[in-house]
Amino acid sequence: MRAILRKESILPGFGLTLGCTMAYLGLVVLLPLGILFARTTTLSWPEFWKTVSDARVVASYRLTFGGSAVAAIVNAVFGFIVAWVLVRYRFPGRRVIDALVDLPFALPTAVSGIALTAVYARNGWIGKWLETVGIKATFSPLGVVIAMTFIGLPFVVRTVQPAIEDLNAETEEAAASLGAGRWDTFRRVILPSLLPSLFTGFALAFARALGEYGSIVFISGNMPKHTEITSLLIITKLEQYDYSGATAIAVVMLTASFFLLLLINTLQWWSSVRRQARSIG
Amino acid sequence: MIVERVHANTASGKMTGLVRRAEWAWSRWLLTITAVTFLLLFLVVPLLAVFAEAFSKGVWAYLMCFREPDALSAIKLTVLVAVIAVPANLVFGLVGAWAIAKFDFRGRSILITLIDLPFAVSPVISGLIYVLLFGLQGWLGPWLAAHDIKIIFAVPGIVLATVFVTFPYVARELIPLMQEQGTEDEEAALSLGASGWQTFRRVTLPNIKWALVYGVILCNARAMGEFGAVSVVSGHIRGLTNTMPLHVEILYNEYNFVAAFAVASLLAALALITLGVKTVVGRVEARRLRQLSGD
Repeated sequence: MRAILRKESILPGFGLTLGCTMAYLGLVVLLPLGILFARTTTLSWPEFWKTVSDARVVASYRLTFGGSAVAAIVNAVFGFIVAWVLVRYRFPGRRVIDALVDLPFALPTAVSGIALTAVYARNGWIGKWLETVGIKATFSPLGVVIAMTFIGLPFVVRTVQPAIEDLNAETEEAAASLGAGRWDTFRRVILPSLLPSLFTGFALAFARALGEYGSIVFISGNMPKHTEITSLLIITKLEQYDYSGATAIAVVMLTASFFLLLLINTLQWWSSVRRQARSIG
Repeated sequence: MIVERVHANTASGKMTGLVRRAEWAWSRWLLTITAVTFLLLFLVVPLLAVFAEAFSKGVWAYLMCFREPDALSAIKLTVLVAVIAVPANLVFGLVGAWAIAKFDFRGRSILITLIDLPFAVSPVISGLIYVLLFGLQGWLGPWLAAHDIKIIFAVPGIVLATVFVTFPYVARELIPLMQEQGTEDEEAALSLGASGWQTFRRVTLPNIKWALVYGVILCNARAMGEFGAVSVVSGHIRGLTNTMPLHVEILYNEYNFVAAFAVASLLAALALITLGVKTVVGRVEARRLRQLSGD
Protein backbone atom coordinates (compact mmCIF):
# COMPACT_ATOMS: atom_id res chain seq x y z
CA MET A 1 0.00 0.00 0.00
CA ARG A 2 2.76 2.40 0.98
CA ALA A 3 4.38 1.76 -2.39
CA ILE A 4 1.73 3.65 -4.33
CA LEU A 5 1.86 6.71 -2.04
CA ARG A 6 3.34 9.72 -3.79
CA LYS A 7 4.02 11.58 -0.57
CA GLU A 8 4.66 10.16 2.90
CA SER A 9 2.09 11.20 5.47
CA ILE A 10 1.88 10.92 9.23
CA LEU A 11 -1.89 10.42 9.07
CA PRO A 12 -2.92 6.86 9.90
CA GLY A 13 -5.27 4.47 8.17
CA PHE A 14 -4.26 4.77 4.53
CA GLY A 15 -3.98 1.03 3.86
CA LEU A 16 -7.14 0.21 5.74
CA THR A 17 -9.35 2.91 4.22
CA LEU A 18 -8.07 2.45 0.68
CA GLY A 19 -8.43 -1.32 0.99
CA CYS A 20 -12.03 -1.05 2.23
CA THR A 21 -12.88 1.47 -0.48
CA MET A 22 -11.51 -0.75 -3.24
CA ALA A 23 -13.27 -3.83 -1.87
CA TYR A 24 -16.64 -2.09 -1.55
CA LEU A 25 -16.30 -0.39 -4.94
CA GLY A 26 -15.31 -3.67 -6.55
CA LEU A 27 -18.18 -5.66 -5.07
CA VAL A 28 -20.99 -3.14 -5.43
CA VAL A 29 -20.06 -1.35 -8.67
CA LEU A 30 -17.30 -2.93 -10.73
CA LEU A 31 -18.22 -6.60 -10.48
CA PRO A 32 -21.88 -6.16 -11.53
CA LEU A 33 -20.92 -3.75 -14.34
CA GLY A 34 -18.23 -6.18 -15.50
CA ILE A 35 -20.81 -8.98 -15.67
CA LEU A 36 -22.82 -6.87 -18.12
CA PHE A 37 -19.92 -6.65 -20.54
CA ALA A 38 -18.90 -10.27 -19.94
CA ARG A 39 -22.45 -11.31 -20.79
CA THR A 40 -22.32 -9.68 -24.24
CA THR A 41 -19.37 -11.86 -25.20
CA THR A 42 -21.72 -14.86 -25.04
CA LEU A 43 -23.64 -13.29 -27.95
CA SER A 44 -22.28 -13.74 -31.45
CA TRP A 45 -21.67 -10.58 -33.47
CA PRO A 46 -24.55 -11.19 -35.96
CA GLU A 47 -26.93 -11.89 -33.05
CA PHE A 48 -25.81 -8.75 -31.25
CA TRP A 49 -26.16 -6.64 -34.40
CA LYS A 50 -29.58 -8.06 -35.18
CA THR A 51 -30.84 -7.16 -31.69
CA VAL A 52 -29.46 -3.65 -31.58
CA SER A 53 -30.43 -2.73 -35.15
CA ASP A 54 -33.99 -4.04 -35.02
CA ALA A 55 -36.47 -1.46 -36.39
CA ARG A 56 -38.28 -1.07 -33.06
CA VAL A 57 -34.99 -0.60 -31.20
CA VAL A 58 -33.70 1.92 -33.74
CA ALA A 59 -36.96 3.89 -33.42
CA SER A 60 -36.41 3.97 -29.66
CA TYR A 61 -32.83 5.30 -30.11
CA ARG A 62 -34.15 8.04 -32.36
CA LEU A 63 -36.72 9.08 -29.78
CA THR A 64 -34.34 8.78 -26.82
CA PHE A 65 -31.37 10.58 -28.38
CA GLY A 66 -33.51 13.09 -30.31
CA GLY A 67 -35.72 13.84 -27.31
CA SER A 68 -32.69 14.21 -25.02
CA ALA A 69 -31.06 16.60 -27.49
CA VAL A 70 -34.18 18.77 -27.79
CA ALA A 71 -34.70 18.77 -24.02
CA ALA A 72 -31.04 19.67 -23.42
CA ILE A 73 -31.30 22.55 -25.91
CA VAL A 74 -34.45 23.85 -24.21
CA ASN A 75 -32.64 23.58 -20.88
CA ALA A 76 -29.54 25.31 -22.24
CA VAL A 77 -31.59 28.31 -23.36
CA PHE A 78 -33.98 28.62 -20.43
CA GLY A 79 -31.50 27.33 -17.84
CA PHE A 80 -29.13 30.08 -18.92
CA ILE A 81 -31.83 32.71 -18.49
CA VAL A 82 -32.81 31.28 -15.07
CA ALA A 83 -29.17 31.28 -13.93
CA TRP A 84 -28.68 34.83 -15.18
CA VAL A 85 -31.80 36.13 -13.46
CA LEU A 86 -30.96 34.35 -10.19
CA VAL A 87 -27.44 35.79 -10.06
CA ARG A 88 -27.96 39.29 -11.44
CA TYR A 89 -31.42 40.39 -10.36
CA ARG A 90 -33.13 40.75 -7.00
CA PHE A 91 -36.86 40.17 -6.80
CA PRO A 92 -39.30 38.81 -4.21
CA GLY A 93 -39.29 35.02 -4.05
CA ARG A 94 -35.83 34.69 -5.56
CA ARG A 95 -34.50 32.50 -2.75
CA VAL A 96 -37.47 30.14 -2.90
CA ILE A 97 -37.08 29.82 -6.66
CA ASP A 98 -33.35 29.25 -6.28
CA ALA A 99 -34.04 26.38 -3.87
CA LEU A 100 -36.80 24.94 -6.08
CA VAL A 101 -34.46 24.57 -9.06
CA ASP A 102 -33.12 21.39 -7.43
CA LEU A 103 -36.60 19.86 -7.17
CA PRO A 104 -36.03 17.43 -10.09
CA PHE A 105 -33.01 16.04 -8.18
CA ALA A 106 -35.02 15.52 -5.02
CA LEU A 107 -38.42 14.44 -6.35
CA PRO A 108 -38.67 10.69 -7.04
CA THR A 109 -38.98 10.12 -10.79
CA ALA A 110 -42.25 8.19 -10.47
CA VAL A 111 -43.81 11.17 -8.68
CA SER A 112 -42.52 13.57 -11.35
CA GLY A 113 -43.95 11.24 -13.99
CA ILE A 114 -47.50 11.12 -12.67
CA ALA A 115 -47.46 14.83 -11.75
CA LEU A 116 -46.36 15.90 -15.24
CA THR A 117 -48.93 13.58 -16.79
CA ALA A 118 -51.69 15.04 -14.62
CA VAL A 119 -50.72 18.61 -15.51
CA TYR A 120 -50.14 18.14 -19.24
CA ALA A 121 -52.99 15.67 -19.92
CA ARG A 122 -55.96 16.85 -22.00
CA ASN A 123 -57.96 17.70 -18.89
CA GLY A 124 -54.92 18.91 -16.92
CA TRP A 125 -54.16 22.46 -15.80
CA ILE A 126 -51.76 23.18 -18.67
CA GLY A 127 -52.78 20.44 -21.11
CA LYS A 128 -56.26 21.98 -21.33
CA TRP A 129 -54.78 25.17 -22.80
CA LEU A 130 -52.42 23.31 -25.11
CA GLU A 131 -55.40 21.26 -26.34
CA THR A 132 -57.23 24.42 -27.47
CA VAL A 133 -54.32 25.30 -29.77
CA GLY A 134 -54.19 21.73 -31.01
CA ILE A 135 -51.08 20.54 -29.14
CA LYS A 136 -51.18 17.05 -27.69
CA ALA A 137 -48.66 17.04 -24.85
CA THR A 138 -49.18 13.59 -23.31
CA PHE A 139 -48.87 10.20 -25.01
CA SER A 140 -46.80 11.83 -27.72
CA PRO A 141 -43.08 12.46 -28.37
CA LEU A 142 -43.68 15.98 -26.98
CA GLY A 143 -44.54 14.37 -23.62
CA VAL A 144 -41.19 12.58 -23.66
CA VAL A 145 -39.44 15.90 -24.26
CA ILE A 146 -41.39 17.57 -21.43
CA ALA A 147 -40.34 14.88 -18.95
CA MET A 148 -36.74 15.00 -20.17
CA THR A 149 -36.70 18.79 -19.84
CA PHE A 150 -38.00 18.51 -16.28
CA ILE A 151 -35.35 16.07 -15.08
CA GLY A 152 -32.50 17.88 -16.84
CA LEU A 153 -33.51 21.34 -15.64
CA PRO A 154 -31.14 21.74 -12.66
CA PHE A 155 -27.96 20.80 -14.56
CA VAL A 156 -27.59 23.85 -16.80
CA VAL A 157 -28.69 26.26 -14.05
CA ARG A 158 -26.29 24.80 -11.49
CA THR A 159 -23.27 24.71 -13.82
CA VAL A 160 -23.80 28.17 -15.35
CA GLN A 161 -24.72 29.93 -12.07
CA PRO A 162 -21.20 29.86 -10.50
CA ALA A 163 -19.67 30.89 -13.84
CA ILE A 164 -21.89 33.99 -13.99
CA GLU A 165 -21.01 34.77 -10.36
CA ASP A 166 -17.32 34.58 -11.32
CA LEU A 167 -17.71 36.98 -14.25
CA ASN A 168 -15.41 39.88 -13.95
CA ALA A 169 -17.46 43.08 -13.66
CA GLU A 170 -14.48 45.15 -14.76
CA THR A 171 -14.25 43.42 -18.12
CA GLU A 172 -17.89 44.21 -18.76
CA GLU A 173 -17.40 47.79 -17.69
CA ALA A 174 -14.30 48.09 -19.86
CA ALA A 175 -16.26 46.82 -22.84
CA ALA A 176 -19.07 49.26 -22.09
CA SER A 177 -16.72 52.18 -21.61
CA LEU A 178 -15.08 51.38 -24.95
CA GLY A 179 -18.46 51.96 -26.50
CA ALA A 180 -19.79 48.41 -26.80
CA GLY A 181 -23.56 48.17 -26.59
CA ARG A 182 -25.28 45.89 -24.10
CA TRP A 183 -25.83 43.19 -26.74
CA ASP A 184 -22.27 43.45 -28.07
CA THR A 185 -20.88 43.13 -24.54
CA PHE A 186 -23.01 40.05 -24.01
CA ARG A 187 -22.11 38.42 -27.31
CA ARG A 188 -18.40 39.23 -27.39
CA VAL A 189 -17.44 39.32 -23.70
CA ILE A 190 -19.93 37.49 -21.51
CA LEU A 191 -21.05 34.59 -23.68
CA PRO A 192 -17.55 33.35 -24.67
CA SER A 193 -16.47 33.08 -21.04
CA LEU A 194 -19.65 31.21 -20.10
CA LEU A 195 -19.52 28.75 -23.01
CA PRO A 196 -17.53 25.98 -21.27
CA SER A 197 -19.99 25.82 -18.38
CA LEU A 198 -22.95 26.07 -20.74
CA PHE A 199 -21.66 23.11 -22.77
CA THR A 200 -21.00 21.15 -19.58
CA GLY A 201 -24.54 21.79 -18.37
CA PHE A 202 -25.92 20.81 -21.77
CA ALA A 203 -23.96 17.55 -21.79
CA LEU A 204 -25.02 16.71 -18.21
CA ALA A 205 -28.69 17.36 -19.01
CA PHE A 206 -28.40 15.29 -22.20
CA ALA A 207 -26.75 12.39 -20.37
CA ARG A 208 -29.38 12.42 -17.64
CA ALA A 209 -32.26 12.43 -20.14
CA LEU A 210 -30.69 9.56 -22.09
CA GLY A 211 -31.01 7.12 -19.21
CA GLU A 212 -34.21 8.49 -17.69
CA TYR A 213 -37.04 6.04 -17.17
CA GLY A 214 -39.43 6.81 -14.30
CA SER A 215 -40.66 10.25 -15.25
CA ILE A 216 -41.06 9.37 -18.94
CA VAL A 217 -43.03 6.12 -18.93
CA PHE A 218 -46.17 7.70 -17.50
CA ILE A 219 -46.39 10.66 -19.85
CA SER A 220 -45.19 8.93 -23.04
CA GLY A 221 -47.86 6.26 -23.46
CA ASN A 222 -45.17 3.75 -24.53
CA MET A 223 -46.37 3.03 -28.06
CA PRO A 224 -43.81 0.86 -29.92
CA LYS A 225 -41.90 2.74 -32.65
CA HIS A 226 -43.65 5.96 -31.64
CA THR A 227 -43.23 6.90 -27.98
CA GLU A 228 -41.20 3.99 -26.64
CA ILE A 229 -37.84 4.93 -25.07
CA THR A 230 -34.82 2.61 -25.05
CA SER A 231 -34.83 2.12 -21.25
CA LEU A 232 -38.37 0.76 -21.46
CA LEU A 233 -37.35 -1.60 -24.26
CA ILE A 234 -34.66 -3.07 -21.98
CA ILE A 235 -37.33 -3.75 -19.35
CA THR A 236 -39.68 -5.26 -21.95
CA LYS A 237 -36.92 -7.67 -23.06
CA LEU A 238 -36.24 -8.61 -19.43
CA GLU A 239 -39.90 -9.31 -18.81
CA GLN A 240 -39.84 -11.69 -21.78
CA TYR A 241 -36.77 -13.35 -20.16
CA ASP A 242 -34.70 -12.26 -23.17
CA TYR A 243 -31.63 -11.51 -21.05
CA SER A 244 -29.27 -11.44 -24.05
CA GLY A 245 -31.42 -8.94 -25.91
CA ALA A 246 -31.70 -6.71 -22.85
CA THR A 247 -27.93 -6.91 -22.33
CA ALA A 248 -27.14 -6.05 -25.95
CA ILE A 249 -29.29 -2.88 -25.88
CA ALA A 250 -27.96 -1.97 -22.43
CA VAL A 251 -24.38 -2.18 -23.70
CA VAL A 252 -25.19 0.23 -26.55
CA MET A 253 -26.71 2.72 -24.11
CA LEU A 254 -23.94 2.29 -21.55
CA THR A 255 -21.26 2.89 -24.19
CA ALA A 256 -23.03 6.10 -25.18
CA SER A 257 -23.16 7.17 -21.50
CA PHE A 258 -19.46 6.47 -20.99
CA PHE A 259 -18.52 8.53 -24.03
CA LEU A 260 -20.62 11.36 -22.63
CA LEU A 261 -18.92 11.00 -19.24
CA LEU A 262 -15.56 11.34 -20.97
CA LEU A 263 -16.79 14.40 -22.86
CA ILE A 264 -18.16 15.96 -19.67
CA ASN A 265 -14.86 15.41 -17.84
CA THR A 266 -13.02 17.09 -20.71
CA LEU A 267 -15.47 20.00 -20.68
CA GLN A 268 -15.11 20.42 -16.93
CA TRP A 269 -11.33 20.42 -17.30
CA TRP A 270 -11.72 23.08 -20.01
CA SER A 271 -13.86 25.32 -17.79
CA SER A 272 -11.47 24.96 -14.85
CA VAL A 273 -8.54 25.92 -17.11
CA ARG A 274 -10.57 28.92 -18.29
CA ARG A 275 -11.34 29.94 -14.75
CA GLN A 276 -7.71 29.66 -13.65
CA ALA A 277 -6.54 31.63 -16.68
CA ARG A 278 -9.03 34.35 -15.77
CA SER A 279 -8.01 34.51 -12.12
CA ILE A 280 -4.33 34.79 -13.10
CA GLY A 281 -5.04 37.38 -15.76
CA MET B 1 -33.04 53.72 -19.34
CA ILE B 2 -32.79 53.22 -15.65
CA VAL B 3 -29.51 53.26 -13.81
CA GLU B 4 -29.52 50.89 -10.90
CA ARG B 5 -27.28 49.18 -8.48
CA VAL B 6 -26.68 45.50 -8.95
CA HIS B 7 -25.17 43.47 -6.18
CA ALA B 8 -22.44 41.33 -7.62
CA ASN B 9 -22.43 38.65 -4.95
CA THR B 10 -20.34 35.54 -5.30
CA ALA B 11 -21.35 32.11 -4.07
CA SER B 12 -19.44 32.54 -0.84
CA GLY B 13 -21.36 35.71 -0.19
CA LYS B 14 -18.22 37.75 -0.59
CA MET B 15 -19.02 41.16 -2.02
CA THR B 16 -16.94 41.99 -5.03
CA GLY B 17 -18.24 45.52 -4.84
CA LEU B 18 -21.36 47.36 -5.70
CA VAL B 19 -21.39 47.86 -9.40
CA ARG B 20 -23.34 50.64 -10.95
CA ARG B 21 -24.55 49.29 -14.18
CA ALA B 22 -26.89 50.68 -16.74
CA GLU B 23 -29.44 48.13 -17.75
CA TRP B 24 -32.52 48.42 -19.87
CA ALA B 25 -35.51 47.96 -17.69
CA TRP B 26 -37.38 45.99 -20.34
CA SER B 27 -34.66 43.40 -20.86
CA ARG B 28 -34.49 42.85 -17.13
CA TRP B 29 -38.23 42.39 -16.87
CA LEU B 30 -38.42 40.19 -19.92
CA LEU B 31 -35.71 37.85 -18.65
CA THR B 32 -37.16 37.63 -15.14
CA ILE B 33 -40.64 36.90 -16.44
CA THR B 34 -39.30 34.28 -18.88
CA ALA B 35 -37.32 32.55 -16.13
CA VAL B 36 -40.18 32.57 -13.64
CA THR B 37 -42.70 31.35 -16.23
CA PHE B 38 -40.42 28.51 -17.29
CA LEU B 39 -39.96 27.38 -13.68
CA LEU B 40 -43.68 27.73 -12.96
CA LEU B 41 -44.66 25.55 -15.93
CA PHE B 42 -42.07 22.86 -15.29
CA LEU B 43 -41.60 22.82 -11.50
CA VAL B 44 -44.21 24.62 -9.46
CA VAL B 45 -47.37 23.55 -11.27
CA PRO B 46 -46.48 19.81 -11.31
CA LEU B 47 -45.52 19.99 -7.62
CA LEU B 48 -48.83 21.64 -6.69
CA ALA B 49 -50.68 19.11 -8.84
CA VAL B 50 -49.40 16.26 -6.65
CA PHE B 51 -51.06 17.73 -3.56
CA ALA B 52 -54.16 18.94 -5.42
CA GLU B 53 -54.81 15.46 -6.85
CA ALA B 54 -54.10 13.79 -3.50
CA PHE B 55 -56.67 15.95 -1.74
CA SER B 56 -59.14 16.09 -4.67
CA LYS B 57 -61.66 13.88 -2.80
CA GLY B 58 -61.11 15.57 0.53
CA VAL B 59 -58.89 15.05 3.55
CA TRP B 60 -60.80 11.96 4.71
CA ALA B 61 -60.29 10.10 1.42
CA TYR B 62 -56.64 11.11 1.56
CA LEU B 63 -56.15 9.72 5.04
CA MET B 64 -58.00 6.50 4.23
CA CYS B 65 -55.37 5.72 1.58
CA PHE B 66 -52.87 5.10 4.36
CA ARG B 67 -55.06 2.50 6.05
CA GLU B 68 -54.46 0.15 3.13
CA PRO B 69 -52.16 -2.68 4.27
CA ASP B 70 -50.35 -2.61 0.89
CA ALA B 71 -49.60 1.09 1.23
CA LEU B 72 -48.34 0.57 4.76
CA SER B 73 -46.10 -2.32 3.78
CA ALA B 74 -44.72 -0.22 0.89
CA ILE B 75 -43.86 2.55 3.34
CA LYS B 76 -42.25 0.05 5.71
CA LEU B 77 -40.17 -1.51 2.95
CA THR B 78 -39.02 1.89 1.70
CA VAL B 79 -37.86 2.86 5.19
CA LEU B 80 -36.15 -0.51 5.65
CA VAL B 81 -34.24 -0.17 2.36
CA ALA B 82 -33.13 3.36 3.23
CA VAL B 83 -32.08 2.29 6.74
CA ILE B 84 -29.71 -0.28 5.20
CA ALA B 85 -28.51 1.57 2.08
CA VAL B 86 -27.88 5.02 3.57
CA PRO B 87 -25.62 3.92 6.50
CA ALA B 88 -23.72 1.57 4.17
CA ASN B 89 -22.93 4.41 1.80
CA LEU B 90 -22.32 6.81 4.69
CA VAL B 91 -19.57 4.57 6.09
CA PHE B 92 -18.16 4.02 2.61
CA GLY B 93 -18.28 7.75 1.91
CA LEU B 94 -16.29 8.57 5.06
CA VAL B 95 -13.76 5.79 4.56
CA GLY B 96 -13.33 6.51 0.84
CA ALA B 97 -13.07 10.26 1.31
CA TRP B 98 -10.40 9.78 4.00
CA ALA B 99 -8.25 7.64 1.70
CA ILE B 100 -8.75 9.88 -1.35
CA ALA B 101 -8.67 13.34 0.19
CA LYS B 102 -6.03 12.94 2.89
CA PHE B 103 -3.41 11.01 0.91
CA ASP B 104 -1.67 11.55 -2.40
CA PHE B 105 -1.33 8.29 -4.28
CA ARG B 106 -1.11 6.92 -7.80
CA GLY B 107 -4.42 6.30 -9.53
CA ARG B 108 -6.34 8.68 -7.29
CA SER B 109 -8.16 10.47 -10.10
CA ILE B 110 -9.14 7.14 -11.68
CA LEU B 111 -10.59 6.08 -8.33
CA ILE B 112 -12.66 9.28 -8.15
CA THR B 113 -14.01 8.63 -11.66
CA LEU B 114 -14.92 5.05 -10.70
CA ILE B 115 -16.81 6.24 -7.62
CA ASP B 116 -18.83 8.55 -9.90
CA LEU B 117 -19.63 5.70 -12.28
CA PRO B 118 -23.11 4.87 -10.92
CA PHE B 119 -24.20 8.42 -11.83
CA ALA B 120 -23.42 7.66 -15.47
CA VAL B 121 -25.32 4.37 -15.50
CA SER B 122 -29.02 4.69 -16.21
CA PRO B 123 -31.39 3.39 -13.50
CA VAL B 124 -32.75 0.54 -15.62
CA ILE B 125 -29.24 -0.71 -16.40
CA SER B 126 -28.36 -0.43 -12.68
CA GLY B 127 -31.14 -2.91 -11.99
CA LEU B 128 -30.28 -5.09 -14.98
CA ILE B 129 -26.71 -5.75 -13.83
CA TYR B 130 -28.00 -7.29 -10.61
CA VAL B 131 -30.47 -9.44 -12.54
CA LEU B 132 -27.58 -10.67 -14.69
CA LEU B 133 -25.61 -11.43 -11.53
CA PHE B 134 -28.25 -12.99 -9.28
CA GLY B 135 -31.27 -13.68 -11.53
CA LEU B 136 -32.42 -17.19 -12.38
CA GLN B 137 -30.58 -17.11 -15.71
CA GLY B 138 -27.82 -15.04 -14.16
CA TRP B 139 -24.25 -15.80 -13.25
CA LEU B 140 -24.89 -16.94 -9.66
CA GLY B 141 -28.56 -17.80 -10.30
CA PRO B 142 -28.32 -21.61 -10.42
CA TRP B 143 -26.17 -21.73 -7.26
CA LEU B 144 -28.56 -19.42 -5.40
CA ALA B 145 -31.57 -21.44 -6.52
CA ALA B 146 -29.90 -24.66 -5.33
CA HIS B 147 -29.38 -23.13 -1.90
CA ASP B 148 -32.84 -21.59 -1.86
CA ILE B 149 -31.59 -18.01 -1.57
CA LYS B 150 -33.72 -15.37 -3.24
CA ILE B 151 -32.11 -12.05 -4.15
CA ILE B 152 -33.89 -10.95 -7.31
CA PHE B 153 -37.64 -10.34 -6.90
CA ALA B 154 -36.95 -10.10 -3.17
CA VAL B 155 -35.81 -7.53 -0.63
CA PRO B 156 -32.02 -8.16 -0.92
CA GLY B 157 -32.11 -7.28 -4.63
CA ILE B 158 -33.96 -4.03 -3.90
CA VAL B 159 -31.37 -3.14 -1.25
CA LEU B 160 -28.46 -3.93 -3.59
CA ALA B 161 -29.86 -1.89 -6.48
CA THR B 162 -30.52 1.03 -4.09
CA VAL B 163 -26.98 0.83 -2.69
CA PHE B 164 -25.66 0.96 -6.27
CA VAL B 165 -27.63 4.04 -7.36
CA THR B 166 -26.92 5.95 -4.12
CA PHE B 167 -23.27 4.84 -3.98
CA PRO B 168 -21.54 8.16 -4.88
CA TYR B 169 -23.69 10.68 -2.96
CA VAL B 170 -21.86 10.96 0.39
CA ALA B 171 -18.36 10.49 -1.04
CA ARG B 172 -19.06 13.13 -3.74
CA GLU B 173 -19.90 15.74 -1.10
CA LEU B 174 -16.96 14.93 1.17
CA ILE B 175 -14.03 14.47 -1.22
CA PRO B 176 -13.75 18.04 -2.63
CA LEU B 177 -14.29 19.61 0.81
CA MET B 178 -11.75 17.38 2.57
CA GLN B 179 -9.23 17.95 -0.22
CA GLU B 180 -9.64 21.68 0.21
CA GLN B 181 -9.22 21.45 4.00
CA GLY B 182 -5.90 19.64 3.65
CA THR B 183 -4.18 17.69 6.41
CA GLU B 184 -2.71 20.40 8.64
CA ASP B 185 -5.38 20.20 11.35
CA GLU B 186 -5.04 16.43 11.59
CA GLU B 187 -1.24 16.62 11.63
CA ALA B 188 -1.38 19.13 14.47
CA ALA B 189 -3.72 16.90 16.49
CA LEU B 190 -1.55 13.84 15.91
CA SER B 191 1.64 15.64 16.89
CA LEU B 192 -0.06 16.75 20.10
CA GLY B 193 -0.55 13.10 20.93
CA ALA B 194 -4.12 12.38 19.79
CA SER B 195 -4.80 8.89 18.49
CA GLY B 196 -5.94 8.35 14.91
CA TRP B 197 -9.52 7.74 15.94
CA GLN B 198 -9.58 10.79 18.26
CA THR B 199 -8.20 12.93 15.45
CA PHE B 200 -10.92 11.77 13.11
CA ARG B 201 -13.71 12.23 15.64
CA ARG B 202 -12.61 15.53 17.19
CA VAL B 203 -10.92 17.26 14.25
CA THR B 204 -12.04 15.86 10.91
CA LEU B 205 -15.69 15.15 11.69
CA PRO B 206 -16.55 18.66 13.00
CA ASN B 207 -14.91 20.13 9.89
CA ILE B 208 -17.05 18.13 7.49
CA LYS B 209 -20.29 17.79 9.44
CA TRP B 210 -22.45 19.99 7.20
CA ALA B 211 -21.27 18.41 3.98
CA LEU B 212 -21.93 15.06 5.61
CA VAL B 213 -25.49 16.04 6.56
CA TYR B 214 -26.06 17.25 3.01
CA GLY B 215 -24.66 14.08 1.44
CA VAL B 216 -26.75 11.85 3.71
CA ILE B 217 -29.96 13.77 3.03
CA LEU B 218 -29.45 13.55 -0.75
CA CYS B 219 -28.54 9.89 -0.47
CA ASN B 220 -31.67 9.23 1.56
CA ALA B 221 -33.93 11.09 -0.89
CA ARG B 222 -32.62 9.01 -3.78
CA ALA B 223 -32.76 5.78 -1.76
CA MET B 224 -36.42 6.29 -0.88
CA GLY B 225 -37.38 7.57 -4.31
CA GLU B 226 -35.49 5.26 -6.67
CA PHE B 227 -37.80 3.83 -9.28
CA GLY B 228 -36.11 2.46 -12.42
CA ALA B 229 -33.46 0.26 -10.81
CA VAL B 230 -35.77 -1.03 -8.11
CA SER B 231 -38.51 -1.65 -10.65
CA VAL B 232 -36.25 -4.09 -12.55
CA VAL B 233 -35.26 -6.18 -9.52
CA SER B 234 -38.43 -6.06 -7.43
CA GLY B 235 -40.88 -8.24 -9.31
CA HIS B 236 -43.70 -5.96 -8.09
CA ILE B 237 -45.17 -8.32 -5.54
CA ARG B 238 -47.84 -6.39 -3.68
CA GLY B 239 -47.29 -6.15 0.05
CA LEU B 240 -43.91 -7.88 -0.25
CA THR B 241 -41.51 -6.24 -2.70
CA ASN B 242 -43.24 -2.96 -3.47
CA THR B 243 -41.51 0.20 -2.38
CA MET B 244 -43.42 3.49 -2.28
CA PRO B 245 -42.52 4.62 -5.82
CA LEU B 246 -43.49 1.20 -7.20
CA HIS B 247 -46.73 1.28 -5.25
CA VAL B 248 -47.45 4.71 -6.78
CA GLU B 249 -47.07 3.16 -10.24
CA ILE B 250 -49.39 0.25 -9.47
CA LEU B 251 -52.11 2.46 -8.01
CA TYR B 252 -51.81 4.87 -10.93
CA ASN B 253 -52.10 2.10 -13.51
CA GLU B 254 -55.23 0.87 -11.70
CA TYR B 255 -56.71 4.37 -12.14
CA ASN B 256 -56.75 4.76 -8.37
CA PHE B 257 -55.51 8.32 -8.71
CA VAL B 258 -56.30 9.64 -5.23
CA ALA B 259 -54.37 6.79 -3.60
CA ALA B 260 -51.49 7.09 -6.10
CA PHE B 261 -51.11 10.79 -5.49
CA ALA B 262 -51.58 10.34 -1.72
CA VAL B 263 -48.53 8.05 -1.56
CA ALA B 264 -46.77 10.37 -4.01
CA SER B 265 -47.51 13.34 -1.74
CA LEU B 266 -45.46 11.72 1.05
CA LEU B 267 -42.52 11.39 -1.34
CA ALA B 268 -43.02 14.98 -2.54
CA ALA B 269 -43.03 16.17 1.08
CA LEU B 270 -39.77 14.29 1.62
CA ALA B 271 -38.33 16.04 -1.45
CA LEU B 272 -39.37 19.44 -0.07
CA ILE B 273 -37.78 18.66 3.31
CA THR B 274 -34.61 17.61 1.47
CA LEU B 275 -34.53 20.92 -0.41
CA GLY B 276 -35.17 22.81 2.84
CA VAL B 277 -32.29 21.10 4.63
CA LYS B 278 -30.09 21.66 1.59
CA THR B 279 -30.84 25.40 1.63
CA VAL B 280 -30.20 25.72 5.37
CA VAL B 281 -26.92 23.77 5.13
CA GLY B 282 -25.85 25.92 2.18
CA ARG B 283 -26.49 29.08 4.18
CA VAL B 284 -24.63 27.81 7.26
CA GLU B 285 -21.67 26.85 5.06
CA ALA B 286 -21.65 30.26 3.35
CA ARG B 287 -21.67 32.02 6.73
CA ARG B 288 -18.79 29.85 7.96
CA LEU B 289 -16.77 30.62 4.83
CA ARG B 290 -17.46 34.33 5.27
CA GLN B 291 -16.26 34.18 8.87
CA LEU B 292 -13.13 32.32 7.81
CA SER B 293 -12.30 34.85 5.12
CA GLY B 294 -13.08 37.66 7.60
CA ASP B 295 -10.47 36.43 10.10
